[in-house]
Amino acid sequence: MSTVIVVTSGKGGVGKTTTSAAFATALALRGHSTVVVDFDVGLRNLDLIMGCERRVVYDFINVINEEGNLNQALIKDKRVENLYILPASQTRDKSALTQVGVTRVMEALKERFEYIVCDSPAGIEHGAQMAMYFADVALIVTNPEVSSVRDSDRIIGMLASKTLRAEQSLDPVKEHLIISRYVPGRVNKGDMLSADDVQDILAIPLLGVVPESDAVLKASNEGVPVTFQEDSDAGQAYHDITARFVGEDRPQRFIQEQKGFFSRLFHHP
Amino acid sequence: MSLFDLLGIKQKNSASKARERLKIIVAHERAANQAQMGAPDYLPSLQQELLEVVRKYVDIADDQVKISMEKRNELEVLELNIALTEADKNDLNEN
Repeated sequence: MSTVIVVTSGKGGVGKTTTSAAFATALALRGHSTVVVDFDVGLRNLDLIMGCERRVVYDFINVINEEGNLNQALIKDKRVENLYILPASQTRDKSALTQVGVTRVMEALKERFEYIVCDSPAGIEHGAQMAMYFADVALIVTNPEVSSVRDSDRIIGMLASKTLRAEQSLDPVKEHLIISRYVPGRVNKGDMLSADDVQDILAIPLLGVVPESDAVLKASNEGVPVTFQEDSDAGQAYHDITARFVGEDRPQRFIQEQKGFFSRLFHHP
Repeated sequence: MSLFDLLGIKQKNSASKARERLKIIVAHERAANQAQMGAPDYLPSLQQELLEVVRKYVDIADDQVKISMEKRNELEVLELNIALTEADKNDLNEN
């Protein structure tokens, strides 16, 4: 039995691809067979974040159009067992994601993988709708900032109406909130919405908070998902998030300021 | 230190302003989307065609044909309202 997870947000630049890469990697590190699929046709970036951009030969659209098969398009991660990447096409546009084609590819992925992580494009148009259509679970990535929260609410509304589960009156898509780029110090000063505020407005359960972190830019610079920076705050946050996702109990470590603990951990000579 | 701090007046911080603004706009937009949700995609074109038919007889404005789909218990109700003004009625008599 496989689970389809969409990583979505509405707004761009909030950390969907970072989250997709880090979460899929953490799932695979825990031994789950996982594929992460880039739905951002025309603006693919998951390959860069995963560090496999030079290994892309066939892509998602080639498979849909039967110009190549799934095995040719899937890229096996070199660092962790059980992890594959299905890149998007860089030269086509989102209309190439036909419902019939996407259905066929998703069915084939379900045969092979335990978890299928779908990295949604920004916006609420066709590409984003295709990314969420087959989802069993949604990770809604939100920054503690007005436009991101509003757009996330819009996406939550769409999950309840524009998915296969909604159309077939099945159990609704299970929603989890991930608040990224969180700065506890600014929350304490009253300059940033708190995790409670965001959760209260969106009314979905909080899976975890990812602190604003230098580790995220470093990870994307190097093409190594931030999950591999085991000693970084963001890396640990994604490990926690993934552990909670599979049912482990982990305390929320990043909602409060980490001054003492982390300065000791990271800044010792 | 600002003048407000010196006078001991507590300013509303920006995060609480954000929270209040979001609560209002999100509630408003949810209500608007709820009204649309489940409405079939053909409603706008149905409304347009009805407008064209009615206009063969009466000169009415776009917003005089109101159309909506509602779920009442197990029934789906398609509600159509065409409100005519006094001037429109005169039109009708002439034709």
